[in-house]
Formats: sequence, structure tokens, C-alpha cells
Amino acid sequence: MTLTDTPAAARGRVRRRPGPGVVLSFLVLGLAVLAAFAPGLLAHQSPVEGEVLEKLRPPSAEHWFGTDHLGRDVYARVVHGAGLSLRAPLIAVAIAFGAGCTLGLVSGFLGGPVDAVIMRLVDILLAVPSLLLSLAIVAALGFGITNVAVAVGVASVAAFARITRAEALRVRSSPFVEAATTLGVRGPQVLLRHVLPHAVGPALVLSTLEFGTAILSVSALSFLGYGEPPPTPEWGKIVSEGRDYLATAWWVALLPSLVIAATVLATNRLSRWFDARGERI
Amino acid sequence: MAKYLASRALQALPVLLGTFTLAFVLLSVLPSDALSIKLSGSGDSALSQEEIARLRAEQGYDDPLPLQYVRQLGGLLTGDMGVSLHTGSPVVSMIGSALPHTARLAVAALLVGVTAGLVIGSLAAHARSRALRELLMSVPPLGISFPTFAVGLVLIQVVSFQWRALPSGGTDGFESLVLPALTLSLPVTATVAQIFARSLREVLDQGYIDTATAKGAGRLRLHLAHAVRNAAGPSLTATGMVIGNLLGGAVVTETVFSREGVGRLTADAVTRQDLPVVQGVVLLSALVFVVVNLLVDLTYPLLDRRVTLTEATR
Amino acid sequence: MSAASPGRGVTVAPGPADGAADTGPLLSIEDLRVTYRVRGGTREAVRGVSLEVHAGQTVAVVGESGSGKSTTAHAVNGMLAPGARVTGGRITYAGQDVAALSRAGLRRLRGAEIGLVPQDPGASLNPTARVGDQIAEALVIHRIASRRDAAGHALRLLAEVGIDRPELRARQFPHELSGGMRQRVLIAIAIAAGPRLLIADEPTSALDATVSRRVLDHLAGLSAEHGIALLLITHDLAMAAERADRIVVLREGQVVEQGDARELITSPRRGYTRDLLADTPSLRSGRLIPARERRDEGEPLLKVRGLVKTFGRAGSADAVRAVDDVGFDVGRGRTVAVLGESGSGKSTTARILLGLEHPDAGSVLLDGTELTTLGAAGLRQARRRLQIVQQNPYTSLDPRFTVRRVVAEPLRAHKIGTPRERDARVEEMLDAVALPSDLADRRPRELSGGQRQRVAIARALVLRPEIVVCDEPVSALDVTVQAQILDLLTRLQRELGVSYVFISHDLAVVRQIADEVLVMRHGAVLEHGSAEAVFAEPSHPYTRDLLAAVADPFHQPRAEHPDAADRETAR
Repeated sequence: MTLTDTPAAARGRVRRRPGPGVVLSFLVLGLAVLAAFAPGLLAHQSPVEGEVLEKLRPPSAEHWFGTDHLGRDVYARVVHGAGLSLRAPLIAVAIAFGAGCTLGLVSGFLGGPVDAVIMRLVDILLAVPSLLLSLAIVAALGFGITNVAVAVGVASVAAFARITRAEALRVRSSPFVEAATTLGVRGPQVLLRHVLPHAVGPALVLSTLEFGTAILSVSALSFLGYGEPPPTPEWGKIVSEGRDYLATAWWVALLPSLVIAATVLATNRLSRWFDARGERI
Repeated sequence: MAKYLASRALQALPVLLGTFTLAFVLLSVLPSDALSIKLSGSGDSALSQEEIARLRAEQGYDDPLPLQYVRQLGGLLTGDMGVSLHTGSPVVSMIGSALPHTARLAVAALLVGVTAGLVIGSLAAHARSRALRELLMSVPPLGISFPTFAVGLVLIQVVSFQWRALPSGGTDGFESLVLPALTLSLPVTATVAQIFARSLREVLDQGYIDTATAKGAGRLRLHLAHAVRNAAGPSLTATGMVIGNLLGGAVVTETVFSREGVGRLTADAVTRQDLPVVQGVVLLSALVFVVVNLLVDLTYPLLDRRVTLTEATR
Repeated sequence: MSAASPGRGVTVAPGPADGAADTGPLLSIEDLRVTYRVRGGTREAVRGVSLEVHAGQTVAVVGESGSGKSTTAHAVNGMLAPGARVTGGRITYAGQDVAALSRAGLRRLRGAEIGLVPQDPGASLNPTARVGDQIAEALVIHRIASRRDAAGHALRLLAEVGIDRPELRARQFPHELSGGMRQRVLIAIAIAAGPRLLIADEPTSALDATVSRRVLDHLAGLSAEHGIALLLITHDLAMAAERADRIVVLREGQVVEQGDARELITSPRRGYTRDLLADTPSLRSGRLIPARERRDEGEPLLKVRGLVKTFGRAGSADAVRAVDDVGFDVGRGRTVAVLGESGSGKSTTARILLGLEHPDAGSVLLDGTELTTLGAAGLRQARRRLQIVQQNPYTSLDPRFTVRRVVAEPLRAHKIGTPRERDARVEEMLDAVALPSDLADRRPRELSGGQRQRVAIARALVLRPEIVVCDEPVSALDVTVQAQILDLLTRLQRELGVSYVFISHDLAVVRQIADEVLVMRHGAVLEHGSAEAVFAEPSHPYTRDLLAAVADPFHQPRAEHPDAADRETAR
């Protein structure tokens, strides 16, 4: 929801071996992925059925994150919520990466009127803040996690298109591409062998960064109530349900928030790490 | 200058028209039109099929799309963005009455965010010890990794509920502004700090910094007389981008703090699928974007004399 | 350690008579060691360098890239890059240990005692501050003048370094000045606070030859006039020999030899110095190939006629005629050099020959085929016979490709041979350019600059073209590597009978290999003829200027150029 590092410019320090931060980030993401695919392995309580007598209990050995107003185990809801809360950003990034890279490459390589038209389109997408654009798309498509994913994806197409185009332009005017042309390599071959591999690199790094941003956007939309209807657990929605009990039971809202933040922090850290590694190549 | 402004205004028109078209396509064409969403969504079964049909005809939803497009565009030019499907009042006046609250919030967040960002960025770029530099630079990523709603909720829990220092919500008075502005300023701080630190480090590697050092200039002089101005450009551009994003952030912030404003208006409109209002807000954001970009481009030549106004057009 | 007293004018440095300085050397470096922190450890860049600079003396430190010459210079005023550390030895300035100085002490030393003339005038002036203010700042910092008086001093300094209309220039920003003028401004900044020692770090490597000669003359004049000692850092042994009293030759962080300038180049004691002397283009006496008479062998291979190229909208004020009626012939197996400084249109001419740029008018005939009107397919066919070697071997090779793939690419593009035949051809080419075959599977970043340029040459020759356009093929390389590449190019020409169009700004390089020379300036050909004739009896004054700008180690420069040519712009 905010302007973050563009990876091409995010110059991290180059390290040979991953530092403790990177290892920790891998660990956090590994747990999140495990939760998404096999929640049963991490939490045995039911995410949807609670015991009313046990409601709003603070964190304990039995309920790690406490219980919510319906007596449901918050930890179990977070673990089971990982599936939707991570799949939606993944779909979003896939959409943005696919559409954005195609637009950017075509734009950067063909140039001329095609470039002008595509870049005006990108300008328009950039003129509306991405969260607002997602909201408008959700308003039009209707609620539900799939629509949220599509909305968040469309809203970040522009970033991918721009970075791929810039990279395509840079590589296209580089001496080695000029050399290839002079050697007699055909246009499409130049695009395939020289431009594409270079242009996709930064976009891949951007996609790890955008994945973090997409987690935030999806959870914000879910927090505002545009995701799946209850009682399906989603991270944003779990927080929003706990909001009303903040004064008496902070854990219902704040512990899931912490999980979201940790996941995003981990993806951002890995993104910087990939970027730094990429620079060495 | 006047000529430049006129040409810039002319350039901004396609973006605004494009945004309008995009919003029109999205909201009028995609699944169904605004009115049938409204009528089917609200569970208002009191209306018969005939009544729905009559309403549709009355509001012009049965006309061919090009005609609707032209009519809406005509309305827009005369300052008419239609009426809310929920309240029935004009979209323009709804946004107009909500805007001052959001503007106050956004300006406060911007001031706090940019100041904090510049300070953190400067300290990080100049820090002599590597540990301090890494510590300072690990703060901004935290700022953009925390969901806005989570930051708001933590502030409410700690400051309002535990310390009882500031109100947890409301629209009036300075006190109610502090927590939302802090919440909204966090991404601004993070962005500005990161970008400013990076540009500063790049600038500090430049030859002219060596020249100044060789003159015998101290660190403060290097920073203030040579580095800041040369490093400010990217941060200025980033701030321009962030201002647009504040409107998006306001949706969450105003909801969390139960404040009135454009963000809250948007959230309510999306919940009720009140499409004309959503369309109005989208157009407003594009207008803000265009104006802010113009201001940024006008400021650029003041920072760097190599940039002339015609070049700044990009 | 006080700065020059204001009463004597700001640029007058204290002479040797000022006290303790005249007993010993002004600057003495003893067994200096500097270590860089690099990934996975440390690297010693300077390994025990000792040298002395006496008041008023010019000492040149000469070395190729990586010799530690710049690091040594930066250690003197405590301006080493972050990550670099002095790990041994002593630097003494006017009897004072520089390493023992506090930060404040170092600041008092910089500017007031030791001035720096940096390498790249394009990047060394603050782009957002006015020129006059940048000069005045040096005076304000050392409290030599108040802010108001400093502005007046800055004007005088601008005049002193030979810039016309100082009042106008002082109010301008660096981007409004030419490269030569910027370097003069930097000299003005360096001498502003009246230092006794100037460090000039490759002060002219970014300037055209004729401009750099004037700047160096002026620097020499100023240092003679004010008795400022000069520590000149350069890669150019010829320039050092011409300008310095003493020369210190560095290699891989160590002093190879040092001594009186004239003595060192007339009777070098070390093998490396002899190699360096032999490889320095302007000192290389002989030609690499014997001059060949123009034979009447019938039609020339390449006929270029009446090329014109204008950039910018035609007729508008900013339209530039980059190439203006250029024409020449290239015979089989011969080398035609296009010689010119930046902006002369030589590179645009090359790009037109290669079909990368369309001329507004004129024709390029390759063995009777008109190239300028060919379509994409025809041009591709023509390119089997016409190839390119570019200037910068660091960017002309795709960093993702292995050497083998780079060299094989033209073969694949033209669908020549089976994979096995291609492999054999690649091996053959690598052998021809004297690259060991175990480099074939490396990527460009694992190669040195010279090795990369060999790869680029192998790639250009793999299709057995009849003509190769070499665009500044050696200007990004160290002199010893330069000489190797030039030797390689001439050997390949002998063996393969290929013709070269050789684009260069370096007269000394051109003189070694060209059969014919075109001298270009502002897009037009000023002079065209056999290399012998052009260099022996230049007919155009500009060519004479260029010839004069080649450093001549046995020529002692006049202390100050009184003539108007010294001024950057005519008044």
C-alpha cells in the first residue's frame, strides 16, 4: 500500500553466505507455507467451532494465541487462515507478473506507437493508488477472496510493466545487443536470447517484494470485510473480528497482526537478499 | 511559465479522461450496472420486476453504453458525478464535505512522515559505525511490513486504552488527529527514509564530495551544502507518489479510528456497492495525482538547475 | 600551520623560505601500506611505497590500473575510500605525521596546505551550486576571507586559471561550462587557499588531447609561479616524462623504480619500465606494419561517398550536423583510420557504415552493394562480410554468455555448420587471438579487459569478414594491454587479409597502424591522405595542433603560455 524499494535500486550489501536474518526469514516463510498446505500439522483445534464458555481467554499453553469472542482458538484460525491469506497474494502476483512483463517487454522492444499506447495505459493505472484501485475493482466484481486477488493483481500490473520496460530499453541500447545486431542476429532472437533473460531478472526480484505488498493489500481488503463470508478464517478478517474486543482481549486482534507483519517482513528481507545475489550475476 | 502550465494541463487531460474511462468500464460494464447491483444486493424484494425496470429507465441505465458514457462525461464537466445509490445525495457534495477531514489527516501524516524520514535517512547515511547504520536502516522495512490496521490497533490499545492519553477515535479536535496521523505517516517515513538514505549514500560517493572534502569541508558542511540538495530529487518524487497512496491508506486508517473522511466514505461505498461514489473517489485520486505531479515537476528545477521545466515533463 | 596570509593575495603560497620546510622534503612517504577490505578478506593495494616531494618540485607517480597510484595519493590527505586503511608506514607533510592528525587537523591540512585536482571534471563539481560559490567556499572554510570578500577572490582566481569573462562564469552552474573549463575551475578551487602541495589525480584523462595539453601547460605555469609542489598521478609515462622532475613507477602496489625523469626514460633500469616505455603509444617509435604503397588493385572493397547525418530537427537551432560530407575508400587488407576528438562525428560515421544509423545522404558501397538502402535481410547478409569491434569490452559482451557462446553466436545466427563444426571454429578463433582454450567456458566478468577485447575480436572474425570496423578498440585498456591488442590486430590482418576501419581519438595509436588517415572535426573531414603524408606534413592547422598535443618527453614545456591559445575561449 505504499511505495517500496524498487529492486533495481535497492542495493543491499553483497554477502556470500545468508545471514541470520535471511535464515530466519526462510524459516518464517517455511512455516507459513506449511500452514497453507497442511494446517492440520500445526494446529489440531478447529478453526471454526469454539466453546462459548472458553471465550476471550488470554494466551495459554492450551490456546497459544488465546480464544476469540466465540471461544474459537485464535492460533488455529491463524494457521487455517494461512491458506487463503497466502494463496490470494500468490494469484495476485502471478497476474501482475504475467500481464506486466508482457506489456513491458512488448512496449520496450517494439517502441513507437505501441509503446506510447501501453505507457499511457500504465500511467492511468499509476494515477490511482493501488489500494483504491483494488477497492474499485472489488466493488465492481463483488466480494470474495478470488475477486480480491484479481483486484490486487490488476492494481500492481503497472509496476511490473514499468520495470520490465525500463530494463528492456536499457538492455536494448547496450553495446552487446548492438553487437549482436551487427553480427547478424535476427530481431526476435535478440529479444529471446539477450533482452528477455536480463529483463525478467529484476521483475522476478520485484515479484518477491510485491508478494509482501500483496499480503498487506489482501489482508487490508479482508480487514475491511471484502473477503469470504464468515466463518472462513482469513488473516485480515480475524484481526477485524478481534477489533471490538481490543480493550479487554488484545490478543485476538494483535497476535494475528504480528503474524502478518512477520510474514511480510520475511518476504521483504528475502527480496533484498535475492536482489543482492542477482547483482553478482 | 503560463505556457508551461497550460501545456501541462493539456497533458494531464488524457490521464484524467483515461481514469474516467477506466472507472466507467469497470463500474458500468463489467458484471452488471450499478443499479441492478444495488437492487439485487440489498435484498430489497419489495420492488417488483416492473418497478426495477421503471427505475432503470428513469436513471438512464437502459440507454446504450456510448450514450451513458457521453452523458456521464458531460455531467463530470459540469461538476456532476451522479447521485449516491444509497443516500441519494450528489456524489460531489458527499466527497466535498468529507474531504477537509481527510486533507487535515493527510497533511499531518505527510509532515510527520517526511520530517522523520529525512532525519532517519540522514543519520543512516552518515552513521560512522556500521552497527548504528544497520540498526537505523532496519527501521524503515519494519514500517512498511506492518499492516496499517495493525499499527492503528496497537496505538489504540497502548495509548488510548492502557495510558488513556489520547482518544481512540473521533473526528474533531487536535487530540483525535494524533494517532491516525501517526499511523498514516509510518509508510511515508519508511519510504522517504529508505530513498533519502540511498540517494545520500550515492551522492556521498560522487566526485564533488571528494572535491569539497579536499577543500577541508567538515561533515556538517558536506551534508548541508553539498549532499542534501543533490540527494533530494528522488525523495521528492517518492513523496509525490506517497501522497496519492495516503488516500488509499486513509480508507483503512479512518475505518480503524472511526473518523469521518473520504476514506471512510469509500469503505462504506464499497461495502454497499455504491458505485457512483466509488467512481467519484477514484476520479478524485487521479486528480490529486495529476496536481501533485505537477507540483513536484515545478519544484524540481528549483533543486537542480540542470532540469528545465520543459525537460521535467518526462 | 597557517594558511597564506591574506595580505599577499590568496593564491600566493608560502615559499620554501617560510621556515622549517626547506630543511627536509615537503612530503615524504615511507614504506606506506594500504589495505582494502574486500569480500571474504583483505587486499593490500599499496605494499611498501616510499617517495619524497620537495617544495616546488613536480613528482609523477606512473602506473597502470591496479598499481596503487591513486590509493597512494589519497592516503596523503587522508581521503582513502571507506574500507581502506593505512596498515603501515608513515606519511610526513612538512615534518608532521599525517596519520597522527585529528579530524580537525586533517581538515586544516586539506585545501590550505594540500590541494587536490581530481580526475573527472564532469563529476567533481557540485551540479547544484554556482561555480563562483564553489571556489569561494574553499576560502570561507579556512577563514581566509569573509563570505563577501571570498566572492571577489573567486573572480580573481577564475581569471588566473585562464577563464574568460569571470563575472559571467562565476554565476554559472558547472553544466554550462565545457570540460576544459571545469577542469580549470577545479584547479582554481585547489589553489584557492594557497596550498604548498597539489595532488593532481589523472587531471586530464577525461579531456580531449588538445584541451588537456593546454590545461597541463597552465597547471605547470601556476605551480612554477607560486612555487607549488605537484604530485602528478598518471597512467601516461610520456606525459609524466614531459611534465615531471622525478618519476616513480608503480606496479601492483610496489615501486618498480624511481629517479630523475629524463634519466629514467632514457636509461630505464627495470624490465617493467622498459616494457612500459615500449608500449606507450607516443613513445613507440616504429610502425607495427611497414608502410604500404597504395597499390592499384582495381576497385576498393568499401567505397564511402558524401555521407551526411544531422541530429535534431532539420532547420531548427539545435540541429547538429554530426557527419558532413564524409567519403573515403578502403582497399583490401588495408587500414583506414578515422581520427578525431569527441564530437567530431567519427563514431556516427562508424555507425552508418555498420547500418546502425541511417545517413541523410550519401552512399556506402561494399564490393558494389549499396548498404544504406538495404532491407533487414540484405543487411544481415552484408554483415557476414562487415563486422565490428567496440570500444568498451566490459559492456560489449552479454554478461550471461560464456566465451564459447559469445564467439559462436554469429555462426548460429547465420546458420553456419553443425554444432561440432562450430565448436571447432570457435577453438580455432580463440587460438588465433591467443586465448587459452580453458577460458572458453568462463563468463566475461571472469576475464580481464584485454582478454575480453580478444573475445570481441574473435567474435568479429569468426565469420571471416572482409572488413572490420574497430570503434576505439583499445581506448579502455591499459597501455601494455593496448600494445598487445594492436599487435594482435596487425597480425590477424597479415594472416587473414582483413581490412580495418579504425576509429580513434588517439593520434599515437593511429600512427602505428594506419595506412591512410582521415582527420575529422565537427563532422567534416579536414584532412585525408596516407598516414606518412598526414603526420609528416600536416596541411591543416588542427592536425598540427593534434600532433603537438602528443606528449613529447624530450620537450620541456614553457612555464606559462602567453599566447591566446591558452585561453579556453577566445575573447
